[in-house]
Amino acid sequence: MNGVWIMAGITWREALRRKILWTALVAGALLLAVFAAAMHLQVLEFQGRAMSPFVRYQVEAGMLMIGLYTCDLLAVVLTILTSIDTIAGEIGSGTIQAIATKPVARWQIVLGKFLGFVAMIAAYVAVTYAATIWVARATTGVLPQHPLLGYLLIVFECVIALALTFLFGTWFSTLTNGVLVLGLQGVAFMGGWLEQVSGFSQSVHIVTLGIASSLLMPGESVWRRAAYELQTQLAGSLSFSPFANVSIPSLLAMGYAAAYLAVALGVAVWHFQRRDL
Amino acid sequence: MTASADFAIETHNLRKAFGPQVAVRDLSFVVPRGEIFGFLGPNGAGKSTSIKMLLGLVRPTSGSATVLGAPLGDVEVRRRIGFLPEDFRFYEWLTATELVRFHGRLAGMSAGRLRTRVPEVIDMVGLASHRDRKLRGFSKGMLQRIGLAQAIVHEPELVFLDEPTSGLDPMGRRMVRDILRAERDRGATVFLNSHLLSEIEVTCDRVAFIKDGAIATVRELGAGWQDEVRVAVRADGVTDAAVSGLSRWTTWARLDGPELRFGASSEQVLPEVVRHLVGAGADIFQVTLDRMSLEDVFVQLVGEDRGL
Repeated sequence: MNGVWIMAGITWREALRRKILWTALVAGALLLAVFAAAMHLQVLEFQGRAMSPFVRYQVEAGMLMIGLYTCDLLAVVLTILTSIDTIAGEIGSGTIQAIATKPVARWQIVLGKFLGFVAMIAAYVAVTYAATIWVARATTGVLPQHPLLGYLLIVFECVIALALTFLFGTWFSTLTNGVLVLGLQGVAFMGGWLEQVSGFSQSVHIVTLGIASSLLMPGESVWRRAAYELQTQLAGSLSFSPFANVSIPSLLAMGYAAAYLAVALGVAVWHFQRRDL
Repeated sequence: MTASADFAIETHNLRKAFGPQVAVRDLSFVVPRGEIFGFLGPNGAGKSTSIKMLLGLVRPTSGSATVLGAPLGDVEVRRRIGFLPEDFRFYEWLTATELVRFHGRLAGMSAGRLRTRVPEVIDMVGLASHRDRKLRGFSKGMLQRIGLAQAIVHEPELVFLDEPTSGLDPMGRRMVRDILRAERDRGATVFLNSHLLSEIEVTCDRVAFIKDGAIATVRELGAGWQDEVRVAVRADGVTDAAVSGLSRWTTWARLDGPELRFGASSEQVLPEVVRHLVGAGADIFQVTLDRMSLEDVFVQLVGEDRGL
């Protein structure tokens, strides 16, 4: 197991030393600034109006969800951009050769790198997620319902994308890997929204299409479960909100996502173990 | 027959095909322990694929081999193996010390051993003053040196070096040569793949020539390894009869205008040959001894038209 920790450590250190994580944090800070300004303006606007606390809460909670959704999207993009190169690139450049000839089994290399990335993503999400919640609380006093569960689900969604970049990275070049994973992410995005829309349109075909997309790449359904967990019944009942509880992914869907992640990582390890380097 | 414990590497009919393309056809050879073993061949002969098979990076299609007594792909035996890949590349955001430490840790070295050994080996490759610099700013030659350091940091029993001198200046080459000899003197076996025939000639104890994915010949180097010395004599008045009389000492002889050329198994015959020619009435102005170089052997084996 020692090899796993050494590889996880070097991957973590790489994340800290390369500019991409810091750039992503700057991007997160910028978005946070915009989010804070929007929240503040909204509060100011509400002060001048007589409105029911019920509607006011729903709007503010909806805005918090926009902030958290942005946080989630950034984290997924960061996950994909930082990890598409880690296996494919090192095979392409030959960097992997000096590592794979050390007394470390290949599965340990893959698993170690994977854990290093999970740690980086978990840290990144923790910072941006906590900051978003803090801004919402400071400006409006609104808090999410189950913040820890929401956090874990967002990290879970990122880790699914990570497993895919590892899987395709053992087969394809960095570029192809990126195109494939971003493409699948797009499918998941589309699937999630189709399922959401189906709550209004009642079309069986749209539901089927949405479910099929979520089976192909369940990342977005994990986010929608997170959105459900993060909102109170009251906040989620706002029917025109894109985060409304109209189609909540079941625990079975979460189980499927976990199995999907395990299979993707398993196949990545299996293929990396067998392939020529 | 020597016991297989005396061999660092032993291969039997190793073959590797990538689809329809055969990279290594039939590789069978042994590398005795404690030697510097040269691996030579033209581009595309299968050298890199062969090394990669021995290191477990590439799976052979058929055949078998043992490296330090372990079958190919054995993970534990790699503690005792070092490798400098061709075009060594590594995380450029690491410093020289961090890189060598990382590889030492992967090789299973203890923290205490790393503390003393890492600076020592960086010093050995001549990078002591750059040990805390990031690899990003390193030249190709410096990367090659740090690559060599990571290959020997854990004092392996067997070191594979793929073109270790390709990015180096003459001083760097000499340093590599000295390190390889020091490794051998320590008892390690060195497997050296190089295009630089002169490097192989002065460094290796034995050399294998690979051609079209198979071993063409294996030669022991060192004093008097050549099969033949060639001699050119500039002389006047050499008769055909005098030339035919040379056959007692020479393997072949040819008169080419004022120049007589012949081949012999050893330079020991030269005084006799000169006496014979003078006795037959020739005036001798110059005798030039032309040893057959590794390059000649190489060219003979692969043909003039094949580039290195």
